[in-house]
Amino acid sequence: MADIDIRSVRKAYGKNQVVHGVDLSIRSGEFVVILGPSGCGKSTLLRMIAGLEAITEGEIAIAGDVVNAMEPRERGCAMVFQNYALYPHMTVADNIGYGLKVAGLSKPERRARVETVAKSLGLSDYLDRKPGQLSGGQRQRVAMGRAMIREPKVFLFDEPLSNLDAKLRVQMRIEIRKLHNRLGTTSVFVTHDQVEAMTLADRVVVMNGGHIEQVGTPEEIYRNPASRFVAGFIGSPPMNLFEGRVTGPGEVEAQGIVLSVPHAGLARGQAVTVGIRPEEVLLGAAGSNTASIDVDFREELGSVRLLHGQVAGADFVIQVPATTAGPKVGHFSFEVPARAVHLFDAETGMRIDPVAGGIRAAA
Amino acid sequence: MIERTPVLNFVTHAVLLVGLAIAFVPMWLVFVAATLSLQEINTPPISLLPGSHLWENLAEAWARADLGVKLTNSLIMSVAVAAGKIALASITAFALVFFRFPGRMAAFWLIFITLMLPLEVRIVPTYAVAANVFSPYQTILDVTGFSWLWQQLTGTELALEWNLLNSYTGLILPLVATATGTFLYRQFFLTVPEELMEAAKMDGAGPLRFFREILMPLSITNMAALFTIMFIYAWNQYLWPLLITTDRTHRGTAVMALRQLIPMSGDSTGGGVPDWNVAMAGCLIVVAPALLVVALMQRFFVRGLIASDK
Ligand SMILES: Nc1ncnc2c1ncn2[C@@H]1O[C@H](COP(=O)(O)OP(=O)(O)O)[C@@H](O)[C@H]1O
Ligand SMILES: [Mg+2]
Repeated sequence: MADIDIRSVRKAYGKNQVVHGVDLSIRSGEFVVILGPSGCGKSTLLRMIAGLEAITEGEIAIAGDVVNAMEPRERGCAMVFQNYALYPHMTVADNIGYGLKVAGLSKPERRARVETVAKSLGLSDYLDRKPGQLSGGQRQRVAMGRAMIREPKVFLFDEPLSNLDAKLRVQMRIEIRKLHNRLGTTSVFVTHDQVEAMTLADRVVVMNGGHIEQVGTPEEIYRNPASRFVAGFIGSPPMNLFEGRVTGPGEVEAQGIVLSVPHAGLARGQAVTVGIRPEEVLLGAAGSNTASIDVDFREELGSVRLLHGQVAGADFVIQVPATTAGPKVGHFSFEVPARAVHLFDAETGMRIDPVAGGIRAAA
Repeated sequence: MIERTPVLNFVTHAVLLVGLAIAFVPMWLVFVAATLSLQEINTPPISLLPGSHLWENLAEAWARADLGVKLTNSLIMSVAVAAGKIALASITAFALVFFRFPGRMAAFWLIFITLMLPLEVRIVPTYAVAANVFSPYQTILDVTGFSWLWQQLTGTELALEWNLLNSYTGLILPLVATATGTFLYRQFFLTVPEELMEAAKMDGAGPLRFFREILMPLSITNMAALFTIMFIYAWNQYLWPLLITTDRTHRGTAVMALRQLIPMSGDSTGGGVPDWNVAMAGCLIVVAPALLVVALMQRFFVRGLIASDK
């Protein structure tokens, strides 16, 4: 087990900079998920930790040792790749035990450890098969076994579940988290899937365009998104976002709707982005902060129902429990509770906190 | 493309059969000729059915061309060329595909250009180098005046010499140093996912270990193909062995020996007797190992293809 310190790390391919000064401290034994859209530099950051990419600028320390100049094998990391990257010509046992073979362990010793690991992953019956004869989930387990067997200081995962079908993905997700609970090894997990991130992580690191947007627990990220980007990226369906303007103390206007908000210290006329989560809207209630929606499409998701429509011409989504009665389409009024309104500075995209009214810096 | 129409089936089979006949009929004629007696083969029209003199013709060809020694030489040369080729091709392709170093593209193009220079084209300079491997260096030393300086200082003449004429090394090396296999291997290595190399790196394997324990086993099918191609290529060499071997009795190859069996008037061996039956028997013997290699390797290709998984 080890902590990881990432200090002002940058990565450039030629003139093209893809990671712009990342600072991040990962505590020993923590499960950190790096979440972001495709191409935001998640893999690059992970591969710099692993030693598969050179660090252009800055420093990475694992367990207190700066590893910039170390070979991957000296860093004590193990990695699980997206496409498994199993050695096709080796049996499952040889795949799992290859790292030990390279390390020079004797055959009986290797065999014993491979069997232990295989047992914990439910692979005991497949040790003599080739990867080509395994299902996707089994291959994934072999890849995990190969990472586990060397008892590394750090586990690195690069979208390891994205090649699995939906059901298996959920199952493997749980297995990975259970494994972490059992072994307690510091883990860094890269994904573009927010559900994966929310369910696996102790802390989520949201990245965008080579920057860190926010670091926090899944709940913090969901409750208090630090920027407009995080607000729009986290949550399914995503947060409704509008451009608006401060019209008075504790009052903003967007799309012709006037909302009173708990934010203090807003400057009149200030341009803001207003965010409202679909699941925090109260349908049919008629207090203050009301507006109406023209629903033109209803999406059934089993436990919940999504109402797609327009509020004063802008697209808007409301999520209601599936038990809510009512016609499929039509004109409904709804209420937005004041505490459910998120405000972001329109220029910087940064969150404006309800109480302090100040701008909270990212991470 | 899979078509299931009887007419097309018939046409494709007809094309195959014609192709087979074109390839097979000459071989059949060689075989028939090798079974006839001297008298039968010189009586037109030539028979299309085998006669009964195969064994004596084979024995005569074997003895007259000293094929025991020649086949051994050919075998040594061909196996060494094929093996050397695989070693050279795989390691150069490995460097070209998996490493980023200055001059990588230049190296690639230099190797590529040698494709356009088969042995026959560069045979004179190759011979000159084989006669004295150090001659290019000697030339450099002479031109730069270093030789003169050496002579002034030590009083001895500076003459580097390493002669490859009449040696197995001389037979083999120039045939190994070509680009064909490098490209075959390069194409294969380009299909190997980069993640595989990274996984090996994470497992702690260095580049040579990755090459030996992962790339080589994965490329077995490639290896078999290249071995077959290079074996046949080396086995069929005629011009180069003819040039490099002066001691033909001990260093000559089987294909060279065939020439001695071809009846020519005034020839020291044939003495003008038109014994084509013996010549054809010699052909059968000489072509057999090559056929055997193809047959064995073909089975291996198929196995390799079936057992391999993505
Ligand atoms: N070897 C490379 N050479 C040049 N650009 C690269 C290379 N690898 C990645 N990039 C670029 O870096 C950016 C981030 O890539 P990556 O870290 O793989 O993104 P992701 O967040 O999807 O994992 C992308 O724009 C990609 O095009
Ligand atoms: Mg990626």
